[in-house]
Amino acid sequence: MGRFADRRILEMESKPVSLSLAAKRLPGTSRTGHSLYWRYMVEPFLYLSPAILLIVSVLLMPLIIGISYSFQAIELLRPFNTGWVGFENFAKLWSDRKFWLALDNTFWWTFWSISFQFLLGLGLALLLNTQFYGKKLFQALVFLPWAVPTFLSALTWAWLFNPVIGPLPHWLTALGILSEPYNIMGDPDLALWGPIVANVWFGVPFFAITLLAALQSIPGELFEAAEIDGASAWQIFSKITLPFLAPMIAITVMLRTIWIANFADLIYVMTGGGPANSTQIVSSYIFTTAFRKLDFGYASAIAVALLGILLVYAVIVLWIRKKLVKI
Amino acid sequence: MAVSRTHPVLIAGKYLALLGYLSFALFPLYWLLKIALTPDQLVYSEGTSLWPSSVTLSNFSEVLFQTDFLSYFGNSLTVSLGTAALTTLIAAGAGYAFSRFHFAGKRLLIVVMLVTQMFPLLMIIAPIYKIISSLGMLNSLTSLIVVYTAFNIPFATFLMQSFFDGIPKDLEEAAMMDGCSRFQALRKVVFPLTLPGLGATLGFVFTAAWSELLFALMLISKNDAMTFPVGLLTFVSKFSVDWGQMMAAGVLALVPSCLFFIFIQRYLVQGLTSGAVKG
Repeated sequence: MGRFADRRILEMESKPVSLSLAAKRLPGTSRTGHSLYWRYMVEPFLYLSPAILLIVSVLLMPLIIGISYSFQAIELLRPFNTGWVGFENFAKLWSDRKFWLALDNTFWWTFWSISFQFLLGLGLALLLNTQFYGKKLFQALVFLPWAVPTFLSALTWAWLFNPVIGPLPHWLTALGILSEPYNIMGDPDLALWGPIVANVWFGVPFFAITLLAALQSIPGELFEAAEIDGASAWQIFSKITLPFLAPMIAITVMLRTIWIANFADLIYVMTGGGPANSTQIVSSYIFTTAFRKLDFGYASAIAVALLGILLVYAVIVLWIRKKLVKI
Repeated sequence: MAVSRTHPVLIAGKYLALLGYLSFALFPLYWLLKIALTPDQLVYSEGTSLWPSSVTLSNFSEVLFQTDFLSYFGNSLTVSLGTAALTTLIAAGAGYAFSRFHFAGKRLLIVVMLVTQMFPLLMIIAPIYKIISSLGMLNSLTSLIVVYTAFNIPFATFLMQSFFDGIPKDLEEAAMMDGCSRFQALRKVVFPLTLPGLGATLGFVFTAAWSELLFALMLISKNDAMTFPVGLLTFVSKFSVDWGQMMAAGVLALVPSCLFFIFIQRYLVQGLTSGAVKG
């Protein structure tokens, strides 16, 4: 789920325009002539109510309940040991070495994933913005990883890194990166790279699609004018393409960061957080605590902490965005 | 751009880069298929060679007829199709309201929908489990459909809204002038025009529901209610050396996604970014 997260937010970027348009052209007055009250307060909600009902009952209410869990002891394995405990879960969290390790891992996981996804995605978008033979088929094939179910991407890459049936350890040894063909996901120093590579593979198409659309929105006359004036390819790229893409890049990268930081599927399937928690990120730690240990109180406390961190991040992002848009 | 007039070395570089991207994208899938087709007795001797010396379909037939994967497959299909249909229906209504009405609380609702997509969904996995278990709905496909539908509604709503925005308002206004009610105008004029949009939304939601794993793991523990991802992971942890069968099952999981991917291909750019570039 959530592979579309960014688009929804990006939609928001264009919202002021469409809203003001909607304000100018008020909904069509039908002959039956309903009252203003009907048109503004009742009719829209006839169309909206199922959506609102589901969002409130399946997303918002559980969110509030989840926050309340973080102040309780709820362990399914110890059903009699429940009740309000104040900030006990958070105190435990503060001194939990695994949590800080997971936070550190979350940072590197997100940083490397997003860097490679962005650079490779930009390259692909630039290539797809040129003409070549068989482009349609090529585009369909390179975007295919986006459609591969996440659990399957995870398993496939886990198998590729397995020295028994996968070629990667042997290739890495031949290149001199590994001393002998072993599974890097059993090595605490390297294990995180397994899920990162899978994540890059899965995420490049998304960046390529987003950036390609932005590229195609740059007015063609600019390139023609630059060419007539004798600009080199590099000058065109650095003086026209990049400045035009910059706001889009900034927003996509910042939003994608949140999504990747929350993205636990690949890590859970490929390493389960191991070996020795060396690949545990905060969101996979939430899942393991809830699913394996059935400790809902503590899992919710970790989740609230993650939410807090993401909120701070989002505020910073919004502040930067404001600066960007002004320019 | 001026690629055709540039240096031949640059052109060669470009085709090399294209080839690089293509192999990076396809190699893992090729490998999946290759091991799935390799006969069991050859997996260890040629597990890491690029081509199998002989191929067999026995892994597929074993997976299909001697394991529970057909039932997992059916469960996943039920859940994904149910989610896609329900989500599209509800999102079409909500998207229509966003596109055509100006009403009290619209801005707030949009913000709430966006926020639900930003917080870590894993945050609600414990409360959802508690609620569903207190309703006695654990191990039921219906509960999965409801949960997945709620997850996908915000995205699908914005997607549907962008499709409705592309249909001129004048059309239905004309119909309403001629005496249709709004709902009749919607059904007779707007609905036929938005069929491609409905199809694309179905495809996107299906793809998302087909690959969901963590909530399914939490909510489903009985074998006969397992969805494909849950069943495959259980299989992997139980028979971790049955490489051929695991990969054959993986290939099967890929089939519906690929079909829907071909189907929504031409909406990918539009679907993922339409709102982003207009502003």
